[in-house]
Amino acid sequence: MSIVVNGKTLETDEEGYLADISDWEPSVAETMAQQDDLELTSEHWDIINFLREYYEEYQIAPAVRVLTKAVGKKIGKDKGNSKYLYGLFPYGPGKQACRYAGLPKPTGCV
Amino acid sequence: MPTSKKFMYLNRRAPYGTIYAWESLEVVLIGAAFDQEVSLMFADDGVYQLVKGSDPSEAEMKNFLATYRTLGDYGVRHMFVHQASLEARGLTQADLIEVAWEDLDTEQEVDNIVEVVDTDQAACLIAESEVVFSF
Repeated sequence: MSIVVNGKTLETDEEGYLADISDWEPSVAETMAQQDDLELTSEHWDIINFLREYYEEYQIAPAVRVLTKAVGKKIGKDKGNSKYLYGLFPYGPGKQACRYAGLPKPTGCV
Repeated sequence: MPTSKKFMYLNRRAPYGTIYAWESLEVVLIGAAFDQEVSLMFADDGVYQLVKGSDPSEAEMKNFLATYRTLGDYGVRHMFVHQASLEARGLTQADLIEVAWEDLDTEQEVDNIVEVVDTDQAACLIAESEVVFSF
């Protein structure tokens, strides 16, 4: 599978995650969101940017439980709950937000 | 009332020659969803898994050293390192990474959950665990 972003064809796995994280640029997230009929707001970007930073630091995508806790700590206590995150990413914050962020599919329960 | 058990993951192999170290780490990360009391033990060549600054890029392996540092976020409370194994390889605790732990609900913090233990302590810690995974 692949996705076309700004005229470039980027390889993805069968679930739509980028094959090569270094292919990522912000318009990858925007293109994926468009295909899901979702408009990205700054709240979405907070999560996407957080995931990218987490991956850079720890070399894995966080489990959703860890993501929820960390969002509560770093972005705001009112946002560290799965209701808020599912509101932003209806297909599941772990799966959908990681895909937009160019990360591999997270390990474990997502 | 959910019951939790004491889980021990015993790591005895060098990080990049085989898949064992990474597989162990993945099982710990997945198991974290189940709210158990999780400890890790590093012995024999397993102590190399925590050595600072290791770089497997020439072996074309994923460098997962950084991933150990997030284990505190995954509910791991202790990472024990067998002292005699360290010494036999000319290493000390200063050669090892540090892993912080924090409980966001109670704001309780531990700066470093990596702890060097002697052989008797290691044996006792393993014996008192209810579930032991050996990698």
